[in-house]
Amino acid sequence: MSDQSTSQPLRLNGGQALIKSLELEGVEVMFGYPGGAILPVYDPIIDSKIRHVLVRHEQGAGHAAEGYAHATGKPGVCMVTSGPAATNIVTPLADAYLDSVPLVCITGQVALPAIGTDAFQECDTTGITRSITKHNMLVTRAEDIPQAVREAFHIATTGRPGPVLIDIPKNIVDANNPDAYFDFVYPPEIDLPGYAPQVEPAPAAVREAVDLMKTAEWPVLYVGGGVLKSRGADALRQLAELGDIPVVTTLMARGAFPDSHELNLGMPGMHGNYTAVTAMQKSDLLIAMGARFDDRVTGRVGDFAPGAKIIHVDIDPAEHGKVRQPDVSVVGDCRAVMEAMLRELSAAGGSEAFADHSGWRQQLSGWQERYPLTYEKSQPGEYLKPQQVLEALRDGCPADTIVTSGVGQHQMWTSQYWRFDHPYTWINSGGLGTMGFSIPAAIGAKAAYPDRMVWAVDGDGCFQMTGQELVTASIERIPIKVALINNAYLGMVRQWQELFYDERFSEVHLSHDMPDYVKWAEAMGCVGFRVEEPEEIEVAIAKANEINDRPVVVEFRCLSDEKVYPMVPAGGSNDDIIVAPSQRADATGAAPSGPQSTVDAAQSEGDAQ
Amino acid sequence: MTAPMTENRELPHRTIVVLVENKAGVLARVADLFARRGYNIISLAVAPTNDDRFSRLTIVVDVESAPLDQIVKQLFKLINVVEIAELAPEAAVERELLLATVRAPQESRSQIIELVDVFEGKILAVSPDHLTVSLDGRPSKLDDFEALLEGYSIVELQRSGRIALPKIGRDVPRLRAVTEPS
Repeated sequence: MSDQSTSQPLRLNGGQALIKSLELEGVEVMFGYPGGAILPVYDPIIDSKIRHVLVRHEQGAGHAAEGYAHATGKPGVCMVTSGPAATNIVTPLADAYLDSVPLVCITGQVALPAIGTDAFQECDTTGITRSITKHNMLVTRAEDIPQAVREAFHIATTGRPGPVLIDIPKNIVDANNPDAYFDFVYPPEIDLPGYAPQVEPAPAAVREAVDLMKTAEWPVLYVGGGVLKSRGADALRQLAELGDIPVVTTLMARGAFPDSHELNLGMPGMHGNYTAVTAMQKSDLLIAMGARFDDRVTGRVGDFAPGAKIIHVDIDPAEHGKVRQPDVSVVGDCRAVMEAMLRELSAAGGSEAFADHSGWRQQLSGWQERYPLTYEKSQPGEYLKPQQVLEALRDGCPADTIVTSGVGQHQMWTSQYWRFDHPYTWINSGGLGTMGFSIPAAIGAKAAYPDRMVWAVDGDGCFQMTGQELVTASIERIPIKVALINNAYLGMVRQWQELFYDERFSEVHLSHDMPDYVKWAEAMGCVGFRVEEPEEIEVAIAKANEINDRPVVVEFRCLSDEKVYPMVPAGGSNDDIIVAPSQRADATGAAPSGPQSTVDAAQSEGDAQ
Repeated sequence: MTAPMTENRELPHRTIVVLVENKAGVLARVADLFARRGYNIISLAVAPTNDDRFSRLTIVVDVESAPLDQIVKQLFKLINVVEIAELAPEAAVERELLLATVRAPQESRSQIIELVDVFEGKILAVSPDHLTVSLDGRPSKLDDFEALLEGYSIVELQRSGRIALPKIGRDVPRLRAVTEPS
């Protein structure tokens, strides 16, 4: 393969052109699984400097690419074949779409003349994925491949990031097809007349927002994943400190603002802590920064932060007014907007420009003291408390450890009890709530940063969905660590059945010892061990952290009936937050809105995962 | 020439003209978006423009199912959507075509022909018992004609959905996803 700079035209077939285009986009690692229709593209991979990680299921390829993208901010790349492989990667695409993860997914497709004939392993991939991708395309000519790749990376990474799928029929990448050859040129121009995301905010909108910020007495910065996507953590810290504005970080924004910072109130939402939830309810100004008023944050929308004016900052215009009509709408990249706000504010006198928030801060500290996150340690002879395991894990790992999680109780406990002091250390499935996310996502993150420690916190339900990717981790030498919170149940569903279905437990029991997770881990080339006693927790974590040559699975035998608190029942108002049992007697009447101490009135709607 | 979206016009139906790149699957993307977000389409007409890189969709949307503002913003998220404009009835020339086959026995045949004449429609086909008629014009004129035809026995009736262009010399507000504060 000659270099592009030579005068000879570079004659490539479609498959070679695809891989060459990925190289020119700076792709270092991709995750995939070959098969019939994509076979021709796998041949040039042998000669490419791109590292290809062979997963054990196409869903794993997609989540690994997501993990890579979350950790690095660079687009994750995955490649699979047509038909069942394409449908297997639908879940990661939907996940990436809801969490705005930049992803480029390449799928093989049957040869063009066979499209529409119900050919072997044919499915309408672009049709199926249309509503769960930011964009998708079916390429019909080999010479259009470089343009498609260029556009895909541009669309995936600019504006509100998201997944882009390129469907490639087999005949246009086939080395035996003379029509699949062309003179390769990587297009310098992109031609997207309808696509121009607004990055820089309108100055007038910024001024209006700043005017509201200056006079607010009980403001809260409601920080979402958009701050991380815009690499805006530094600007956020400056803004919060300048204005002495308390911050809540949503599930997608954990790490965007240091948990150890005195202005950080923690996570809001259904399982957010009392102060974060109540601060939003009582605030007079919510500055929504790259957040989308998700139902898990707002509770019943009509009762959400009733006295607050809203400044909504988001790069996606369609988020403005979708759930809650903002008083000031600022369309733009979060970092660009915060930097513009900072310029405006420093011209207006810096911290002097704001109202005094000391009373507000005092009230918040009062709630924090009264309603900290809490749990009761397990009794001797009992299985472990998951919170205790997670606190020990947090304290036993370096501060820059990357933590991924699956979906359910263990996810909420990790978000609650970990101390996220660095951006891009927390990787989870927020919007779609995809069980089985953590192990493949951890593989993606560890592939990006081989020298960082990467822990996947997983549940026993999740582990049984994607645990086989530990074979990938072993063979590809991507030594992630797994903290398996084994409580023998689909814990979050169990919690809902206990609280809202009269303890009628339907189809949620998984068993503590079937499968034998230690044997399974060993069979997959990992070190596996089991922890059953509280005093073994720290020793086990230290032992796991010393192993760097292969993946480790530490199974923590946990109590089955431990519940995640606080909790706002689905469809309920955030004012009806249920605190931990030990805080309830104290809570009655003491809190400004009187948090409910019982769950009798809690109506459940929606779903648990 | 941009303007903020005009709201509160209290019309349940609004006409928007969407310029899209003429690429495979674009119509499906637009239709999918309406279906997925629960927006109702009253009528839809689509054809290439005089510039073959683009097609124009004339969509009559039901703004009771969702605010026009959200519909427009979601449409703009489609990469192939280039431009959207709203055509208010007073600023637009609107046309639609109606075809109908009606039973026309001896005793009512002349009445139907008279009705078609009054509306300046055309008779396209004749058989001993049936007539196929056509009428083009403003949608409201077609509504009136259709209502009168219902007095006879309609076998089949098909309307094209409206197409529209701005009146000459009228500024048509181009809708934007982002509106500047006033």
